[in-house]
Amino acid sequence: MEPILQVKDLSISFTQYGRGTRQVLLPVIQDLSLTIRPGQVVAVVGSSGSGKSLLAHGILGILPYNSHMAGEITFLGQPLTPKRAEAVRGTEIVLVPQGVTYLDPLMKVGPQIRKGRRDQKARQASRTALKRYGLGEEVESLYPFELSGGMARRVLIATAAAETPKLVIADEPTPGLDARSAQRVLGHFRELADGGAGVLLITHDLELALTIADRVAVFYAGETVEEADAADFTAGKLRHPYTRALWNALPQNGFVPIPGAQPGPGEVGKGCPFAPRCPKQRPECLSPVSYRELEGGLVRCLYPEGEMV
Amino acid sequence: MKHRLLFTGKKLIRMVLLLLGVSLAAFLLMSASPLDPLQTNVGQAALGTMSQEQIAKLEDYWGVNTPPAERYLGWLGDFVRGDMGTSLLYRQPVSTVIGQRLQNSLWLMAFAWVISGVLGLTLGVIAGANRGRLADKLIRGYCLLISSTPAFWLALLLLVIFSVWLGLFPIGLSVPIGADASSVTLADRLYHAFLPALTLSITGVANITMHTREKMADIMESDYVLFARAGGESAPSIVLRHGLRNVALPAITLQFASIIEIFGGSVLVEQVFSYPGLGQAAVSAGLGSDLPLLLGITVVSAAIVFGGNLIADLLYGVVDPKIRRGAAKR
Amino acid sequence: MKAWNGRKNALFLLAAAALVLCAVAVAGGLLGEQAMVTDFTRKNLAPCGQFLFGTDWMGRDMLSRTLTGLSLSIRIGLLTAAVSAIIALALGVASAVCGGWVDGVISWCIDLVMGIPHILLVMLISLAFGKDFVGVVAGVALSHWPSLARVIRGEVLQLRGAVYVRTAEKLGVPRLAIVRRHLLPHLLPQFLTGLVLQFPHAILHEASVTFLGFGLSPEQPAIGVILSESMSYLTTGKWWLAVFPGLSLVLIVMLFAAMGEQLRRLLDPASVHA
Repeated sequence: MEPILQVKDLSISFTQYGRGTRQVLLPVIQDLSLTIRPGQVVAVVGSSGSGKSLLAHGILGILPYNSHMAGEITFLGQPLTPKRAEAVRGTEIVLVPQGVTYLDPLMKVGPQIRKGRRDQKARQASRTALKRYGLGEEVESLYPFELSGGMARRVLIATAAAETPKLVIADEPTPGLDARSAQRVLGHFRELADGGAGVLLITHDLELALTIADRVAVFYAGETVEEADAADFTAGKLRHPYTRALWNALPQNGFVPIPGAQPGPGEVGKGCPFAPRCPKQRPECLSPVSYRELEGGLVRCLYPEGEMV
Repeated sequence: MKHRLLFTGKKLIRMVLLLLGVSLAAFLLMSASPLDPLQTNVGQAALGTMSQEQIAKLEDYWGVNTPPAERYLGWLGDFVRGDMGTSLLYRQPVSTVIGQRLQNSLWLMAFAWVISGVLGLTLGVIAGANRGRLADKLIRGYCLLISSTPAFWLALLLLVIFSVWLGLFPIGLSVPIGADASSVTLADRLYHAFLPALTLSITGVANITMHTREKMADIMESDYVLFARAGGESAPSIVLRHGLRNVALPAITLQFASIIEIFGGSVLVEQVFSYPGLGQAAVSAGLGSDLPLLLGITVVSAAIVFGGNLIADLLYGVVDPKIRRGAAKR
Repeated sequence: MKAWNGRKNALFLLAAAALVLCAVAVAGGLLGEQAMVTDFTRKNLAPCGQFLFGTDWMGRDMLSRTLTGLSLSIRIGLLTAAVSAIIALALGVASAVCGGWVDGVISWCIDLVMGIPHILLVMLISLAFGKDFVGVVAGVALSHWPSLARVIRGEVLQLRGAVYVRTAEKLGVPRLAIVRRHLLPHLLPQFLTGLVLQFPHAILHEASVTFLGFGLSPEQPAIGVILSESMSYLTTGKWWLAVFPGLSLVLIVMLFAAMGEQLRRLLDPASVHA
């Protein structure tokens, strides 16, 4: 089946001032590759500060003005140029953002879902979408500050579902929700995928992602270090040492903390970004490491798990 | 509703206390002045030729010998009863002088207030929505120029250009000299108020524009504008639907806060155009040590300023759904 | 990633503006005597090669008068801005740190001062000090502090509530160390920018009250005096008496405003984004 979205070697960087009057180029995302097929939920998992949200903004073409993007993005077989991104965002590609701050605080919910359209069809669509997520018509005339956290999340999903999107990008849709509500919210994304759309789920929560994702890409310091089927993860078949560390850090897997901290943008050397924290680090890890196929998945490691050396 | 009433009541009490403070501060400053009202108004030479009796009479008239505390309390007592005393320069009740002058100034200030408000909001929204681009740079440059220009010099410049060189407008006065007050038409008034009003409008725009621009730029960087862009809304639609809506609240505050600046500007501009308004009267009263009139003008202008702030606070409650709905629930 | 970028530009503008202002202040001081020289053989001359700004009805050179006036303006501006900024700092910090009734009284005073139209207040204070130099300096200095005081009060309150300051307090870090390490670095940029942005207001208000007759005495060649005197000669076509002195004042004020703007750009942490 033709993929909905294909990202190849995507890099995003920012110009910033360093000390004094010197300007520096800060790479935030490097050589990211990703494929989403219809009916698939692809999770991009990484801790905060790894540049995940920018991936969403880059696909939608809404990066801030001091950023630079390189690489290839293909949407439904055609290159996703800035012009095309402008045409399809909001209709064929929709974003489900993090929380209530993404709703205009002074506008009622109804008009926000309808995006300013006033015709009967739009009204019908917004009502259907709200109803689908268990929200009544009266929610349309509430202001964002009158919504509870869970309601706000469902309103944001309804905003996406009121269109008929081919690709749904969910950017951290669950923080602040209790486990049950989070599970329900994620269930809504699974439904959207089952309806034929592709879903890109951006999250820091590996455990939660595994409950609905088909594929998982692990993000570290702006690079994808591993991409594999979710089934591999649940079966404990991991490739990259960082993924292993992330896995072991889950409460049910021993709660083992990872020593050290993730390098920020601009602090990454030429080699593997995880090398300084890696238990299996060797001198050659400090020179560039390529992203390669390994047993049905992709990994960026010289000595991955499960490979005989 | 009860909550709103309580809020309004508190604000009113604070306003009365502040007005009391303003009158006391102004009175203390004036009575601390080492300038002798007799010398200022009668002149050294004239005083020399007067008899002791005449001087004592004049001293009584200018209130030189009464202790300050007694004078202030007397003034306050009269003020509460609606009597602001008698202007020493105009030899008329202060309330009459202020009434007449305020009527003249009100035309001027209302015109400038509306024009600078509408223009300032528009320019500020345009600049904020296009931050860093050419339109923003031009508008910011204009604001820097205008806010660095003294209002009275701009008035002089316009006077030289329009009245002296082009001869399009009169040199001064709100009505033609010698005309009977009743025969003055609206056209006459507008004709004479045009240049002063233009000056005030031009200078008033800068401040409102810069503040609106700042708010608008913040809004354009907000999460909800980002989400609107992600939802495919066009840039003009975002400015109209989200920008204007969210800039409305700070704009209300700015608009009412600008009253005080328009008033300050009118003092200078009226002086240049010899426009017989409240500002000109304030200058004459100050130069002539006319304490009752200057005190009256200070209190009235502060009352207008505080009143404006109060209206802004109340309007806020009507416009902001958080206050409106939040109060309704309580 | 250009070699010449916004920050370098800001630094350059800042230095250039400061240099011009210093030059004008010094030049005006040196020309003080020349500004008073009267010569009736050369009165009412329009601007020409010898007298760039023309001469007035007493044959005084308008260029030297303008420069002297500007120098006076700059010096008064510096003095009053510094005094009012220090008042603002003291009251703003006291209000935020002491809280309670001190905060109440100071906030009430701020509201009170902000309720009287600026020019009226400067007039009143100047009258209380007997007009002239002392009057105008006191008037401008004592009326310009409220908005900066309010900014500083808000800043200190916010800092005191910040988690890292509260943590430091709980950890038993001495108060003075907290002030030095956490409060000052945040407050200083705000204060400096506020101080520089006071200059334009101070200079404009000095010129305004002097123009109205509440400030410097008519014997001094202040810009306000020059412009006030020019009023009687404008109708007879002596436009240069008002145009050039005023234009120079606008330029000086713009330099100060631009300096404040550039300083803010350099000190604002958010300006790291190109």
